[in-house]
Amino acid sequence: MHIVVPIKQVPETSNVQMDRETGTMIRSGSAAIVNPLDLYSLEAALQIREQIGGKITVITMGPPSAVKVLKEAIAMGCDEAVHISDRAFGGADTWATSYTLSEAIRKLEADIVITGERATDGDTGQVGPGIAAWLNMSLVTFTAHIKEISDSHIIAERLVEEGYQTVRAALPAVVTVVKEIATPRLPTLRGKKKSMQINIPVWDAEALHAKPEYLGLKGSPTRVVKIETPKVTRTCIMVKAIDEESVRNAVTQLIQFLDDRDLVPVQKRSGV
Amino acid sequence: MKDRDVWTLSEAHNGKLKTVSFELLSRGRALADTLGSRLCTVVLSDSLPEVELQKLISHNADIVYYVNNPCLKETVCETFANILQFLVKEYTPHVLLAAATTSGRSILPYLAVLVHTGLTADCTELSIEPETGNLLQTRPAIGGNIMATIKTPDHRPQMATIRPKSTRILSEDTTRTGEIIQVNWDPAWFDQRVSVLETREDIGDFVSLEEADIVISGGRGLKKRDNFQIIQELAETFGGEVGASRDAVDRGWANYPHQVGLSGKTISPRLYMGIGISGAVQHLAGIKTSECIVAVNSDEHANLLQVADFAIVGDLFSIVPEILRQLGQRMNTI
Repeated sequence: MHIVVPIKQVPETSNVQMDRETGTMIRSGSAAIVNPLDLYSLEAALQIREQIGGKITVITMGPPSAVKVLKEAIAMGCDEAVHISDRAFGGADTWATSYTLSEAIRKLEADIVITGERATDGDTGQVGPGIAAWLNMSLVTFTAHIKEISDSHIIAERLVEEGYQTVRAALPAVVTVVKEIATPRLPTLRGKKKSMQINIPVWDAEALHAKPEYLGLKGSPTRVVKIETPKVTRTCIMVKAIDEESVRNAVTQLIQFLDDRDLVPVQKRSGV
Repeated sequence: MKDRDVWTLSEAHNGKLKTVSFELLSRGRALADTLGSRLCTVVLSDSLPEVELQKLISHNADIVYYVNNPCLKETVCETFANILQFLVKEYTPHVLLAAATTSGRSILPYLAVLVHTGLTADCTELSIEPETGNLLQTRPAIGGNIMATIKTPDHRPQMATIRPKSTRILSEDTTRTGEIIQVNWDPAWFDQRVSVLETREDIGDFVSLEEADIVISGGRGLKKRDNFQIIQELAETFGGEVGASRDAVDRGWANYPHQVGLSGKTISPRLYMGIGISGAVQHLAGIKTSECIVAVNSDEHANLLQVADFAIVGDLFSIVPEILRQLGQRMNTI
């Protein structure tokens, strides 16, 4: 079983402070980390390998600095890594990104591809399904539990609007996972040692035999027209509640506020 | 004229249309009116009564393309994408909108590759560029800290998924007329590699936050699991659903389907109330487009208060019971 896990380097945002004037994120000093949801796909891959054996190759597309996230994945226990990097890949949208990654996955001859459902920076969740389409693999998105996996198929539970949906998919497949799938493990000492020694090949456009017209900004069907910082349009009515009376008054004000917006329940719902 | 058509992908479940279908039509109507074109919608289902299809017309569709086959009982991405690929090639729509649901967010990116066009995820605003007729698709990015406007200049259709609940549904007009076109089934569309075995819908604590009008969330400020009960009570009183911050989920106070924020659900309810939630950037990204945001927090500098419409600064353990008390009194007097 060859498990390929595409991961992404994203800016660290968990400790970011907000600029009180503009309502934007203060980004200075934010480091690059593994996309948090990719830790869950890495964990899922490690568990599959423990269960049925195989090899895990972690890949990322990004500038030279992105090799750092591959090393982290190796430290967690992945076997091999490939860094997909070329100036020609720059500015790719999800269409061109999924094409580029899929060419690498094709070359790796993956049986199963496991990805985080989305990355926390772009927040599109489009690359995983795109890879499945490029490679004509089965697609299982929003996966919360893997119930069964063999060389031929996977049975998994998806978290959908109606509840948990169990699907059976033939391999090869692309599986995108949500947080519920597993709890990511920490890197091991042995893994860290390995990550320092491992030789990570860099694959460029030529190595992938990729179509130049499908790469990077040039190959992207979408264009960013403008980027705006949303103005804080809300003016907050802030009421302090420090003692019994002020609590009572604050709550009365709140209910009036909600009432003006038609948001207060009138009656206990009685099936009407 | 056909090449200017605006399309939406309707969603149905158990013989009924989902409300996102009408949200999409409300979005689509504005675009079609600007372009002077028709508004069409696609429904893929195993069984949808005529009255349901008519509802699409009374909610502004001019044409309904209806594909009906027992194989369409469950939404399977590959099969749905195959059908849409056929329809797109056959009818060459200008724009195709789908809901940013688990279905739309799986099918559309798959379809975008099949038909070689651009796709923008989870848009909250759409408009038409006057000079070109291109669709301008605006979405929050980088944790909602920027709004990016994106277009697909040279590929058709221009595709976008739209955040559920971000659109007010236009009122129904039962006098509207339109055409329902049955599309003949092609067995080649059916992809049997993926099949749905079952769906567990009766899970005690399950919640579909994306579809809720009112979401009341609790966070670390609740201090312990037992206290989370008051969030439940408040949500019930409001007829809303229970949400939770990542902290609260990680501590086991609520299950993952309740998690709001970047690694959980991105929601846009009419009312979002955050109780004892400081509002990490990731959390704010998941709620920023809510119509009305209320915060209850002991820290007046908490991030959530920066984006709230109304905030009470104080002890949630005295404030929440007081909200329940006053609402209870009010309901009894009416």
